[in-house]
Amino acid sequence: MIPIDFEYYRPSTIIKAVQLYQDLTGNQKQTIFYGGGTEIISRARMNEISPNAVIDLKNIPECNVLKKDTETITIGATVSLTQIADSAVFPLLTNVARSIAFRTARNKITIGGNLTGDIIYREALLPFLLTESEAVIAGREGTRQVVISGNGIKLNEGEFIVQLVTNNKFAQYRHINHKTTKQSKVNYPIVSIASILVDDQIRVAFSGVCAYPFRLNQIEEALNDVTNSPGKRIQAAIDLLPAPILHDAQASSEYREFVLKQALQQLLDNFEGVS
Amino acid sequence: MKTESYTVIGKSVPRVDMPDKAFGRTKYTNDVTIPGVLHAKLHTSTRAHAVIKSINLAKAWEVPGVRAILTGDAFPFPVGPMLADRPPLAVNKVRYCGEPIAVVVADNIHQAKKAATLIDVEYEDLPVVNSPAEAMKSNAQLIHENLSNYKVQVKGVYPTPNTNIANLTKIRKGNMQTGWEASDITIESRVSFTPADHAALETRCARVEILSNGRVMVYSSTQGPFYVRKLLSEFFHIDAGMISVQTPLVGGAFGGKGTVQLEFIAYLASRAVGGKMVKIENSREEDLIMSPVHIGLDASVKLGATKDGKLKAAEIKFLFDSGAYSDTGAGISKAAASDCTGPYAIENVHCDSYCVYTNHPYATSFRGFGHPELTFAVEKAMDKLAARLQVDPFELRLLNAIGPGDTTPTQVNLNASNIGDVSSCLTKIRNLIGWNPNKNVQTTRDGKIRTKGISCFWKTSSTPPNATAGAVLTFNTDGSINLNCAAVELGQGTKTVLGQILAEKLKMDTKDIHVTLEVNTQYDPHQWKTVASSTTMIAGRAVLAAAEDAIKQLKNVGSTVLKSSPEDLDIAKGRIFLKDSPEYGVKITDVAVGYKYPNGNTVGGLVVGNGSYNVRHLTPLDPETGFGKPGPQWGVGAQAVEVEYNPKDYTYKIVKAATVLDAGKVINPQAAIGQMRGGMYLGLSWATRESFTFDDKGIVLNPQLRTYDILRASETPEYLVDFVETPLVDGPYGARGMGEYGVIGMAGALANSLSAACAADLNQLPLTPELIWKLVEGKGDVQ
Amino acid sequence: MIQNMQAGQLISLAINDQVKEAYVRNSDTLLYTLREQFGLVGAKPGCNNGDCGSCTVLVDGIPINSCHILSVEAVGHKITTIEGLTDSTIQQAFIGNWAIQCGYCTPGYILNIYALIQTYPDADDAMINEWLESNICRCTGYQEIKEAVKNTLIARKINE
Repeated sequence: MIPIDFEYYRPSTIIKAVQLYQDLTGNQKQTIFYGGGTEIISRARMNEISPNAVIDLKNIPECNVLKKDTETITIGATVSLTQIADSAVFPLLTNVARSIAFRTARNKITIGGNLTGDIIYREALLPFLLTESEAVIAGREGTRQVVISGNGIKLNEGEFIVQLVTNNKFAQYRHINHKTTKQSKVNYPIVSIASILVDDQIRVAFSGVCAYPFRLNQIEEALNDVTNSPGKRIQAAIDLLPAPILHDAQASSEYREFVLKQALQQLLDNFEGVS
Repeated sequence: MKTESYTVIGKSVPRVDMPDKAFGRTKYTNDVTIPGVLHAKLHTSTRAHAVIKSINLAKAWEVPGVRAILTGDAFPFPVGPMLADRPPLAVNKVRYCGEPIAVVVADNIHQAKKAATLIDVEYEDLPVVNSPAEAMKSNAQLIHENLSNYKVQVKGVYPTPNTNIANLTKIRKGNMQTGWEASDITIESRVSFTPADHAALETRCARVEILSNGRVMVYSSTQGPFYVRKLLSEFFHIDAGMISVQTPLVGGAFGGKGTVQLEFIAYLASRAVGGKMVKIENSREEDLIMSPVHIGLDASVKLGATKDGKLKAAEIKFLFDSGAYSDTGAGISKAAASDCTGPYAIENVHCDSYCVYTNHPYATSFRGFGHPELTFAVEKAMDKLAARLQVDPFELRLLNAIGPGDTTPTQVNLNASNIGDVSSCLTKIRNLIGWNPNKNVQTTRDGKIRTKGISCFWKTSSTPPNATAGAVLTFNTDGSINLNCAAVELGQGTKTVLGQILAEKLKMDTKDIHVTLEVNTQYDPHQWKTVASSTTMIAGRAVLAAAEDAIKQLKNVGSTVLKSSPEDLDIAKGRIFLKDSPEYGVKITDVAVGYKYPNGNTVGGLVVGNGSYNVRHLTPLDPETGFGKPGPQWGVGAQAVEVEYNPKDYTYKIVKAATVLDAGKVINPQAAIGQMRGGMYLGLSWATRESFTFDDKGIVLNPQLRTYDILRASETPEYLVDFVETPLVDGPYGARGMGEYGVIGMAGALANSLSAACAADLNQLPLTPELIWKLVEGKGDVQ
Repeated sequence: MIQNMQAGQLISLAINDQVKEAYVRNSDTLLYTLREQFGLVGAKPGCNNGDCGSCTVLVDGIPINSCHILSVEAVGHKITTIEGLTDSTIQQAFIGNWAIQCGYCTPGYILNIYALIQTYPDADDAMINEWLESNICRCTGYQEIKEAVKNTLIARKINE
């Protein structure tokens, strides 16, 4: 039971969605874009957010695209994690998506929602971070296309993600993902990493380790520095983490570090055949 | 199993409640929409221990539709089942995170909720007592300053004023000095775990209406409709006859719905709005921490044994973490004391079992009532002793298995009937799990370690000495029978089993028995509660008595019709007939509603069968020695768990879980197997992942099913179940209790199996990979 | 309350092959509307947070936690609740395999499994596990539920 009331809109075009946002916020109505809505419903139920209006993006055709052509993989923001997991267009993303929540939840959670939500994990971001993917973003100034890097996608006021575009070639590369939870598989990650081997170079992105998901060049350089032993490379990577390791009800920071080391070791073993 | 000539007992009669459940037709308490019902919503504490400086209701009153807002002063008196220590709404201070402070009553649920969130409470924090060990310190912060003024509701609860001790039960059996002197080896073991939850899928819900004549109508998802009536009557001074409690089917309970909480609040709320019907339903978050939880424990066990493994002495200390209020925690600490040794014969026993207040959510009964908890402590100690003695843990248990001729910790003499056969259960579990002391630790090709662990368990019911049940039988014109009794159907199959008992007695087909699934205290005879694996016994005996009564009446009328003496008659398959000439008889249909002669004259009237049963000869425990009889019989069994442990990352998979229970007599095999599997699952889910995580301020960090881990379908082991049948002489067809037992030994067997795999003393729960990592790596105490 | 008109609306929902109308608040979940407006109480409020699966219904044949979808969001989609499941094969399998105890998880579980069987009649154990882990059952230990699914899949194959 959501105690608050809000207006609900389901526009059929990008332009209408953008315009609605402008109009509503112009009328001092706090407005949010709505994809799968699972996080919005839960947070509104718990009084953590109280929007005056929501704009459901699911009727916008561009947001529902899921296709692969000769050049690119295009995924609309309101495509569900299940649709992605069940399609073979982007194998690494398929695997990562399948590790999030459980199937019935994935039927509702959208890729756009996972990438822009307030939950600190946003695991679906990892494959995009690794593949120089681009986000098509709509806003008052029209649409813009930005490369997804670092900590993810930064949206300005009134913007929403329309699509995610990934170069087709990445679907072919070797890839691994690894997720450790506290105990039940159905839970938030203690450590979730996704990795891809591009031109013999390991790329790796992390969720659950720090308070936000990230990919960092220096970490990859350290891991790819074959002049060092695997142990040293892993330690170097951990020393380069961009923020303190999380310490919360899911796991202590010490245990997270242990799990992270193991995950990185497995990664090196897998890509390099060392043990 | 022996083959008797039963036609219904021992058959897997399909549970009568299944079809409606499969089609979504079953109505639980919250599935009824009533026009005009008002909705109540709570404002709960965000602090674990704080003085309430002020409560500002102004903004809440501004919400449209708000009809009443109640705070602690609406009823500033403590309530509680054993020790009255808990105000229905917090008074002056809060003692746990999640404690109800105020209740809003409004036309619509969203209005009530909106208003509840707008209540502004100003707190002044008090030091938080975050574990029972902290609570026991001599300088500990007191959680109940007025403990000495609280009214003891049930004989045998002993609070210690000016401490955080809500109850202490002492066991003093034999002579400890003799015991230690006779011991060649002693071991000590300590285990602990924080509170967890029942997490029944149906959250608790209650509706209360006060009619214009003062009659209080209660609708509640409870395991004890008569218990709700009893407590409402006692605390609000309402004549019991003026209270009617109705309970439809209940969506899981596991002990968590055996106490009274929302009903108090709903009654006060209804009273505040002129008696209109008020509904209160828990959100999942409230159900997890505002309502009572599964108790925590900190236990120390010291065992002494001769060098050939015979147990000589046990010194045991339980600190049960009852949280902010004692509820049934006092009873749990008593029950655990009564059975503190597990099913082992020990002549010298010393046990101090404390129910301790902390600033955690308060605890109530959980399936097994203290036994899954004590068994984890005892079974860990038994494996430690076996390791020290270098004997097979199985043989150690077999050597010390308790049996006829021995006495329990409270010095009850055991005989061939009042205790099941521990040795037979052990022998059977050995075969079921494939126990082989030389092969119990095996390394797989991929470097994983497969191990097995075992545990034994026992439990007596710990019912009140006057626990009772009744049954009423009426006959329909088609000769079928209606069975009414106040046993609550929780999914355990009690209504089906009672129907089977009746069908067997009357030699009828179960399709001709109509068991009323819902309970209504106004129509059904009194029953204590549906808890403690006691229903088959107490309600089963009541049904047998009612059947006897009906048979007597049928034979009386039949004897007139058949011109014979009642003694010469028998009843079967819907007929009353002469024993020596079965072809000469009369249909029950023609007798049960009065026999009509061809000329229209009628004799006999309606047959109404009544029966009741009381547990007998139970006594409170002596406050100094614990001497006394806590239950009519001890159900026993053995369990085993096989795990595959990965020493690289400290993860593991549960491969097999096995139970052998001495059921006395299995009345419905498929239902019994389901109870055992479900019990093992609940025990394993708890032992592997379920617990509340507290921060240093006593705040629960995981009050949601998203973060309160529960074992999922993809994570289940292979379940193995078998039974031993040592009849309980006065049990219905020899049956003992069953419902709780599958849970009891799981934590112990799992911890023993995993401890063998990782060669560390895994003495805490839940057994997460992080905990194992810390204990194996010697990273110190996790909690 | 004229200023609040936009907080709610009259909607038509296609539920169990019937069109049903109701005034709803925009913030009402489908679970709430099903239960409180239409009396379709087979969907159970186990957590209202998308964690337990007790409120699962089918939206265009796909299992969705009805606590995690707004009623207004469901407009234009075909909704099936336990009350509308006319093929009773799964129900019978649940009864036959004793896959029901308290029954509170049962309707959600049955709808989820119905969709699984419709979508993947050749589902293997891994697939079955992936689908079944969406629902929490607190009573059975899941074995009987898995047996109900497997036996239904086998029976379908034999009948084909």
